[in-house]
Amino acid sequence: MVVRVLVRPDSYFDSVSLMAVSQRLKELPEVADAVAIMGTEMNKRLLEGAGLLTAESAAAAPADLVIAVGAETESAAAEAIAEAGRLLQRRGGAATGAAGGASESAWSGAAAQGAQAPRTIRSAVKAEPGASLALISVPGLYAAREARMALARGLHVMLFSDNVPLEAEVALKQLAHEQGLLLMGPDCGTAILNGVGLGFANAVRRGSVGIVAASGTGAQELSTLIDRLGGGVSQLIGTGGRDLSPAVGGRMTLDGLRLLQADPATAVIVMISKPPAPAVAEAVRAAAQAGSKPVVLCFLNGGLSIDAAAVRAISLATGEAEAAAAARLAIAADDRPPFAPAPGRRLVRGLFAGGTLCDQALLVLERALGPVACNVHPDPDRRCGPTGSAGHTLLDLGDDELTQGRPHPMIDPTLRRQLLLEAADDPETAVILLDVVLGHGAHPDPAGALTGAIFEAVSRGVAVVASVTGTEADPQRRSAQVAALRQAGAVVLPTALQAASAVATGLAGLQGSAGREARLQGSAGSAGLQGSAGREARLQERREDA
Amino acid sequence: MMEQELRVINVGAPHFAEALRAQGAPVIQLNWRPPADGDPGLIALLEQVSGPEVDAANAQALAAIQTGHPVLVGVERAGDVVEGLTRTTILHSGPPNRWETMAGPQRGAVIGALMLEGLADTPEAAEALAASGEITFRANNDCGCVGPMAGVISYSSALFVVENRTHGNRAYSGLNEGYGKVLRMGAYAPEVLERLRWLNTDVADALRQAVGAMGGGLDLRSLIAQALHMGDECHNRNKASGALFLREMGPHLARLGLAPEALARMLDFMGHNEVWFVNLAMAASKAVLDAARGTPESTVVTCMSRNGYEFGIQIAGLPGRWFTGPAQPVKALYFPGFTAADAALDIGDSVITETAGIGGFAMAAAPAIVQFVGGTPDLAAELTRQMYEITLAESDHYSIPTFGFRGTPTGIDARRVVETGILPSINTGVAHRLPGIGQVGAGLVHPPANLFADALRALVAAGGRPSGG
Repeated sequence: MVVRVLVRPDSYFDSVSLMAVSQRLKELPEVADAVAIMGTEMNKRLLEGAGLLTAESAAAAPADLVIAVGAETESAAAEAIAEAGRLLQRRGGAATGAAGGASESAWSGAAAQGAQAPRTIRSAVKAEPGASLALISVPGLYAAREARMALARGLHVMLFSDNVPLEAEVALKQLAHEQGLLLMGPDCGTAILNGVGLGFANAVRRGSVGIVAASGTGAQELSTLIDRLGGGVSQLIGTGGRDLSPAVGGRMTLDGLRLLQADPATAVIVMISKPPAPAVAEAVRAAAQAGSKPVVLCFLNGGLSIDAAAVRAISLATGEAEAAAAARLAIAADDRPPFAPAPGRRLVRGLFAGGTLCDQALLVLERALGPVACNVHPDPDRRCGPTGSAGHTLLDLGDDELTQGRPHPMIDPTLRRQLLLEAADDPETAVILLDVVLGHGAHPDPAGALTGAIFEAVSRGVAVVASVTGTEADPQRRSAQVAALRQAGAVVLPTALQAASAVATGLAGLQGSAGREARLQGSAGSAGLQGSAGREARLQERREDA
Repeated sequence: MMEQELRVINVGAPHFAEALRAQGAPVIQLNWRPPADGDPGLIALLEQVSGPEVDAANAQALAAIQTGHPVLVGVERAGDVVEGLTRTTILHSGPPNRWETMAGPQRGAVIGALMLEGLADTPEAAEALAASGEITFRANNDCGCVGPMAGVISYSSALFVVENRTHGNRAYSGLNEGYGKVLRMGAYAPEVLERLRWLNTDVADALRQAVGAMGGGLDLRSLIAQALHMGDECHNRNKASGALFLREMGPHLARLGLAPEALARMLDFMGHNEVWFVNLAMAASKAVLDAARGTPESTVVTCMSRNGYEFGIQIAGLPGRWFTGPAQPVKALYFPGFTAADAALDIGDSVITETAGIGGFAMAAAPAIVQFVGGTPDLAAELTRQMYEITLAESDHYSIPTFGFRGTPTGIDARRVVETGILPSINTGVAHRLPGIGQVGAGLVHPPANLFADALRALVAAGGRPSGG
C-alpha cells in the first residue's frame, strides 16, 4: 500500500466536514483508507492505528490539517489528495443560504413548494395562519377526513373529490352547518367566492346575481350567459350533486340560499340543479319564498332551462323584458351559418366535457329524434358503454368510468379528439355535437386542441356543431375559441341548448325529408329567437305534465 | 365568507392551485400524501383516536411539557436517590433488556459496572454473575433515569439531579466520561473504571458543592435555549452548552479550595469533553417529559429509547408501557479507521432529547454538523421542518434563529407519525459493536415505523385509561 500525506498548516476544519471528506475519499477507486483530520495528539494516534502515520503527519500541530491516504497505486493516492483539496475548497466557499421557516411569501407561491410544502391542512394552518377555505381534490377514500380536518380549523370547504360516501357527506354538512361554514360538494366542480373562481370556473363579471348550484357545468353555462347578457355574479355556491337527495335534504342548498338572502351584494338568486326529491323540492321552494329576494328555480331535465334561467335572472335584476333579453342572447353571439351533412349520414354523436350539458342535449334530442343512447342515461335500457352505440349517441366524457386513470376532459382533450376522429370515420355519422368549456382550471386552448379533428370530420362530410361556455375575460377568451372552431369548419351556436336544439331540428328535418338535401339553420330552426322563449315555456309545461 | 379574504389551502391537484394563482388569489399547495400510506386499517385506527377527548388530553400533556422548567439541583449517589436501586441492580438504556439479548457495548458496560461495584473481580466472573439471574436489570427510563449509549447506572454511580421546578418531579443522569474507551461504549479496562471512580467521587463531590453554592441550582432550560442559538442542538453537538456550563460552574468550583492541579484536571476534563453536557440535556429532557406521563388518553410520545437490541417508545396515556421494535442501523459518517461493519445498532437513551424537541428536532440550529444528515444546511433545515408535521406545538423556550426564532417542534403526537409516515429524525452517536472500543461515528436514525401504530392500538384497547406503571 502506498501512503501519501498532505499537511496544510493552520487550516482549521470542523471534524464533521473532515469526516465527510474522508468518506468521499474512501469511495474513490483503489483507495484503501483515507483520513482527513486535524493534527491533534489523539488524532495522530488514530492515524498510527490505521497505519497512515508518516514522519510528516507525526510532526503536524493541532491547528494543521492532515490528509492521509492509503492506496494501491501512487496515482490513486495522488488523485485522492487532489480530490480532498477540491472538496475542502468547495466546503469553504459553499455559503449556503439555509431556507428559513415559514413566511408570508408562502401565500404568494414563492416559497414552500414541493417537498418543503406543508403535508397536512393542520400544519399549513399552523405555519400560515389566515387560510379561509380548503379546496380538496384528493381521492374520495381520503377526502372526507381532509374535509373534517379543514372544518375543525374553521375553514370553508370545497370538496371537488367524488366517491365520498353518502353518510360522510351528511355528517360533514351537519358539522359545517353547525359551525356556519360552507361544505361545497362532494363532487363540486365549480364555485365563485368573492370573485375568485374555484375548481372549474369562468371569469364572470361581479354583479348582483347569486347562484346556488348542484350542477358544475350547468352553473358555468348559467354564469357565463348572465355575464354575456351584461349581468354579473355575486357569489356562486356549489353544493355537490347529491345535496338535494332525501338523505342530504338540501342542507348546503338551504344554507346557500340563506347566505345569499343575507348578502347585501346579491339582488337575485338562481338555484340550479337536477329536479330534487319531492320533499326536498318542497323545502327549497319554501326557503325560496321565505326571503325577500326573488329566487329563480332552475330544475334541469324538465324545468326551466339554463338559458331561460339566465334570461329570467337578468330580467329580474334589470327590469328588461325576458323576450328582449332572450333575443340578445342569440343575436349577440352568432350569425348562424348553415350546416349540411353529406347524403346518407343520419346519426348524431355527442361528445361532452360537461355532464349537465350532456343531460340537457339528451333531453332535447330525444324529444326530437326518439331514443338516444348515452353512457349516463337515466333509463338503463338506453344506457350504452363508454364506446357508444350503433344509433344516436351522446357520451359524457367526464363520467367516472371514463376519467379512471386519466384527467378530466376539460383538462385533457386527448380522449375527445380521438373519439371525434372515430365518430367521423363512421359513415352513418351526420353531426358531431360538442361543448367547449373554458375558464380557470380548464385546458388553455380546448378549441385549438380539437380543430384538427374537426377539420378532418368536416372534410369527410360530417357536420360539427358546438357551443362555447365562457367569457371574454376567461384565459382562453371566448371569441378566440369560437373563431378557431369556425375556422376549422364547425358551426358554433350561442349556447349549449341552442346547439343541441339546432342538431335536433336539423336531424328531425333529415328524417322527415329523406332523400332530400337538408339545409339547416342554426339555433331553434325556423322558430326563431322570439320562439325560443316560448318553446322553453312549452317544454317546461310538457315536462311538468310528465 | 362574504367578509373574509379568500385564502385557499389546495389539497390535491396542483392544477387548481395554479388556476388560483393565475387569478391572483393567495393559495398554499399542500405536499399531500394519503394518510398512513393509504393503509385502511391504520386510517380506521386514526379515526378511533381522533375524538375531542384525545385532543384535549394532548393539549393537557403538551401544556405539562411546555411549562416544564428543568434545573440542575444536585449531584447524588444513584443508590441514595433512585427508588429500588439495590446493590445488585443494574440500570441500562433502552426498553427493558436481558443479559442474553444485550448488545456488545451494553454487555461490556454491565461487566464494568459489576466490577466497579466490587461484585466481580474479573470480566469472566462478571459475565457469569450477569448471566446467573442474581442481577436485576431495569430500564433507566422506568426509574427516572437516562444514560447515553449503554446507559449503565449502578449503585455507586454519581448522578446529576435535575428537578422540574414547575411540576416537582426529578430526573437523573450520570456524569459523561468523554470519548474513547469509556463504560458507556462497553469498555471496562482498569483505566476506564479508574476514571469512573474519580468522576463518582472527586468530580461528583466538587460539583455537588458547587451546585449547592449556586443557590437555586443551574437553570438548564435557559442554558439549552442559549446553546441552541450558539450552534448546538444538544444531542450530537454540545460545544456551546458545555462551555456555558463551565462558565456558570467555574467560579463556584474555584471557591471550593481544591488543590490547583485537582481543580485544573476537572476543568480540563469537563471543558475538553465535547459531550459533557449531553447527559444534562438528557436529564433536563426527561424531567420535562415525565411531567406529561400518565395523562389519560393522550397520544403524546413521552419517551423514546433504544439499547442496541430494541427501540422502544412510551406515550403519555399509557405510562410505563413499552412499544418496541428492532434497533435500527444508523446512517452514519465514521471516524478514521472505522466502517459500517464496526457499528453497533442504534443504542442509548439520548433520543430523549429529540422527544423533548431538541437534538434532531433542532437540527436546523446546528449547521456545523449538517454533514451527519446529508451535507447541506438546507437539508438540515428541511429535516427540522418535517418534524413540525408530527408535533403538536412549537417550543415556548427553545427556538431556531434561522427560522425567524420559530420554536422547535415539540410534543410528538403518535397519531401524526402514523398519519404522515414521517418518523422522528434522531441525531445519534454510533458505538462499536464490540465492547470497549468506543464511538466509531455519528449519524442519523429513525425508530421502526410500527411502534407508533402499536401504541395507538394499545390505547384504543385500554379504552383510553392509563395502565401499567
